[in-house]
Amino acid sequence: MRLIDIAHAKSGDKGDSVNIGLIARDRSNYPLMVREVTAERVAQHFEGVCLGTVERYELPNLGALNFILTAALGGGGTTSLRVDAQGKAMGEALLFMEIGV
Amino acid sequence: MVRIANGQAFWGDSPSAPIAQVRGGEIDYLTLDYLAEITMSVLRKQHERDPSAGYARDFVELMSEIMRECIQKDIKVIANAGGVNPEGCAQALLDVAVSQGISGLRVGVVTGDNIVGKLDDLIHQGVSLQNLDTGQPFEKVSDRIASANAYLGAEPIARALAEGANVVVTGRCTDPGLVLGPLVHEFGWRWDDWDLLAAGTVAGHTIECGAQATGGNFQGGWRTMRDLAHVGYPVIEVSADGSFVVTKHPGTGGAVTTATVTEQLLYELGNPTTYLSPDVTADFTGLQVREVGEDRVEVTGAQGRPPTDSLKVSMAYSDGFQGSAMITYAWPDAVAKAKLADEILRTRIDDLGLSFREMRTDLVGYGSVHGRVIPPEASETSEVVLRVSIWADDQRTVSRFAAEIAPLVMGPAGFTGLLAGGRIRPSLVMAYWPTLIPKTVVDPQVIVRDGV
Repeated sequence: MRLIDIAHAKSGDKGDSVNIGLIARDRSNYPLMVREVTAERVAQHFEGVCLGTVERYELPNLGALNFILTAALGGGGTTSLRVDAQGKAMGEALLFMEIGV
Repeated sequence: MVRIANGQAFWGDSPSAPIAQVRGGEIDYLTLDYLAEITMSVLRKQHERDPSAGYARDFVELMSEIMRECIQKDIKVIANAGGVNPEGCAQALLDVAVSQGISGLRVGVVTGDNIVGKLDDLIHQGVSLQNLDTGQPFEKVSDRIASANAYLGAEPIARALAEGANVVVTGRCTDPGLVLGPLVHEFGWRWDDWDLLAAGTVAGHTIECGAQATGGNFQGGWRTMRDLAHVGYPVIEVSADGSFVVTKHPGTGGAVTTATVTEQLLYELGNPTTYLSPDVTADFTGLQVREVGEDRVEVTGAQGRPPTDSLKVSMAYSDGFQGSAMITYAWPDAVAKAKLADEILRTRIDDLGLSFREMRTDLVGYGSVHGRVIPPEASETSEVVLRVSIWADDQRTVSRFAAEIAPLVMGPAGFTGLLAGGRIRPSLVMAYWPTLIPKTVVDPQVIVRDGV
């Protein structure tokens, strides 16, 4: 199973960092997300893309996790040569992650 | 209850959206955001060439269409369209009122955010101005600063409204402040009602990105969104206790659901317990989001605590030149051809001995966005776009690079032409330098100017 089967996501930029909000489609899957989608796994998933650190914040009230990936946008929104200079698609890239049930 | 609409999420957003917000249903306030992180540097350049310029002209064009209606319907307009010249923007609005014979315009002008003239003093006072994200020292960029603006909060906006303004024009201020200002003014919230200030800040964050709260750019179900061509921009109905309902005008496209609102709440969020603004530090972890009707979602539970003693400053500095070209290659062997062309180009750039900071190659249609995170299919693609980009200190290097693109037609077979027109033009890069300054440095000023 991939994350896209149970969650949706939204990503955006702050300087050279990107944040990814990961939201459980069904609140009952939130604990699974908390267990499976750790900061370490996200760092692995974005290996070579996120050159800095990954921090995770929990928002059980929204059934959501928020990830901050630093040094992930090739220098940041206004100078980056990346096609996706603002990390708009990185939320969707996270949804590609395989998770155990 | 106060109804606040957003009609513009960024400079270049739909010109029709604010008009639809004024005509499609009842609202009390229309808020409009025109300033991206580096917009100020562009506006400052315009202002240097023409002292009457330096603000978002689109806003004045918009107001020339809706000013009469807004005044008649008592819809107050709050916009950060002032750029580096809020007074000039206000003058342009007063001129519109005169030329159209509109009476009753009262423009509140908020200034004090522009600190470019104070930077030397700040350094003498021992303020480091180091980069908030990277920690780099300010000396690295101090001679290349193109603009420097502090993010003002809601207070001067509320003050302008209290002094009778029906249009408020600011320079740089926080996006949520455009919403919190009217709420403080309407409900008489105190500046230490932390939970209420947090609620107003969350309300502002919810609508600051326009249609992103109502089904635009909705990752969780873009297929399910009806009539995005006429997507309704968000309207919030805020109660005096800080709870608010997100909705949109009847008959418009898109949708307001807990999912669309939650995506927006998480958009560009850092630590959810510590959402910083000049007015309050807001905590998102107690928020409750629930559907209370069709296209109606209620948000409650914001918590706040006192803000920090610092103000965030956004600076822009010139940082070299960039150029980018796109060439389409088609089947057979589209990817292999594009890769060979890139190899040829890189060899030639190498032969020329050009020095540059970065050169990047992307195969658009073949993993250019997701890269190794989502590997492209191994099977042959019918076409691919070779995108080559360069970043160098000087314009000449980028121009010389550009001259090497067209000759690639004699590289591998299958060059079908340049996708984005003729020879690429080097563009000046404006980089972003966020920093913090003590709050005491900035003293926001409010002037209300009456029309006829």
